[in-house]
Amino acid sequence: MGEIDLSVDLGGVRMRNPVTVASGTFGYGKEYAELMDVTQLGAITVKGIRLQPWPGNALPRHVEVPGGMVNAIGLQGPGVDGFVRDYMPFLRTTGVPVIVNIWGTSVEEYAEVARRLGDVEGVSGLELNISCPNVKEGGHAFGTDPRTVSALVAAVRAATRLPLMPKLAPNVPDIKVFVRAAQEAGADALSLINTLPAMVIDIETRRPVLANKVGGLSGPAVHPVAVKLVWEAAQAARVPILAMGGVTGPEQAVEFLIAGASAVAVGTANFIDPTTPLRVIDGIADYLTRHGLRSARELTGSVAMG
Amino acid sequence: MFDVACKVVRQEPLTADYWSLELESGLIAETARPGQFVHVRVPGLDRAALRRPFSIFGARENVLRLMYKTVGRGTEALTRLRVGEEIQVIGPLGNGFPLEPQGEPVLVAGGYGVAPLCFLAERLGRTGTVLIGGRTATDVLAREAFERLGWTVKIATQDGSLGEVGLVTLPLDRTLAELKAVGLSAELYACGPDGMLKAVGARALEAGCRAWLSLDKHMVCGVGACLACVQNLRRPDGSMWIGRVCHDGPIFEAREIVW
Repeated sequence: MGEIDLSVDLGGVRMRNPVTVASGTFGYGKEYAELMDVTQLGAITVKGIRLQPWPGNALPRHVEVPGGMVNAIGLQGPGVDGFVRDYMPFLRTTGVPVIVNIWGTSVEEYAEVARRLGDVEGVSGLELNISCPNVKEGGHAFGTDPRTVSALVAAVRAATRLPLMPKLAPNVPDIKVFVRAAQEAGADALSLINTLPAMVIDIETRRPVLANKVGGLSGPAVHPVAVKLVWEAAQAARVPILAMGGVTGPEQAVEFLIAGASAVAVGTANFIDPTTPLRVIDGIADYLTRHGLRSARELTGSVAMG
Repeated sequence: MFDVACKVVRQEPLTADYWSLELESGLIAETARPGQFVHVRVPGLDRAALRRPFSIFGARENVLRLMYKTVGRGTEALTRLRVGEEIQVIGPLGNGFPLEPQGEPVLVAGGYGVAPLCFLAERLGRTGTVLIGGRTATDVLAREAFERLGWTVKIATQDGSLGEVGLVTLPLDRTLAELKAVGLSAELYACGPDGMLKAVGARALEAGCRAWLSLDKHMVCGVGACLACVQNLRRPDGSMWIGRVCHDGPIFEAREIVW
């Protein structure tokens, strides 16, 4: 075990192991600190932050479905200054790299949030949430048009030297187009997948269950979709991939690494078993030992296609 | 807050769809306070099934007692748990009721909302009045537990099958009037459906007393991370904030809640 090297470099974010948590499923880290040793994580990815505090959506914000859940929390958050003031002091004590998920309703807002986080001690990287409603552009998501992805990443790139990882939307015809757009605009890594757009209707009332009407599907149900997208993305990617979608144990994490990811994030499973990320870290090490491998990096992209 | 594999030591049906479940839960039971809850991973559901929150009905030494009503597939699956089996429980969670009443304690329960109030009555160190409401007689639980502790119990059912006919606010209004007539103020504690909580809160405002309301919301993480169970709240200075029922609650004073 002592010879196993789990460390990975996720586009400049140096992780001691390839496991982080998916944005929005782990709060700002301290919420789970009594239930699991957060200092063991490879990185902590925090809930999405925009420039100003944001109230999120009306309730209900979630609904359980077979194989997972559909949520439309609506990115409630304290705004960038509130985040730095209220949450960074704890996060700094963990000694773990912090990846801040950022969003906005305009390219300028993303860039400004990135600028303000640029010299905050303890922030190691930025994940760009590009699957949120782009109000300024007339309601389309940034993430489903390669031109807006390109413009957004370029603008944020110009605003910060922090490692940048756009979180790609899964609901696109060809993920490789978005991979290229993001990396050509200066992305250091890529994060995928975001939740799949979904809807649940109460057949008795004939109303959508979620107050927002639609939301995002997460959990084990999306895992095979994510594996396919990670595998495709890896074929076009020159930068490392952070994979997420339905990781409930080490098996799905190893599968993502084999498909082409350099690191993985545990999401919905945190709600069900908060020790999942730690089980995943241990399980990856066990897998490497069983297969005579010395480093997690040897697994990345090792899928046998012949 | 602890994440404990708890052994089932007792599981018994109460009335109709209500059950009592006793768990050997070590530190959870030892540190639990009235009004707090636990987040339970229900065995027998698929691996993606979310945890279910339950109020703490009682805690003695290392044994935690929960009350639940079968309302869906999660609680249906809970009824199949047998003595000796283990379930994963996170708790105690939430803030709990304050235990220093400024007046005569009056507890108002709707259905399984009686669970945390029963635990409260045990821990208050004094007696008072408990008002239990339900649709029908089988929705009225734990009456004997309160009586053993020396509490005055008043019951109202909507169909009149037990106690007086109507909503629990009928005996509440009478109790508040009786206390007022002898120059006493009340301290209200309530757990039940939102409509009942709103009505109790409105009486507290009228009577100039405090009402501690236990909110029941669907939850996901249970620890304040996911923001699925939020509630609009008002601070004493009038400013607004969004609280997490699981972490900042589930108990709020009536004046805090923006319905």
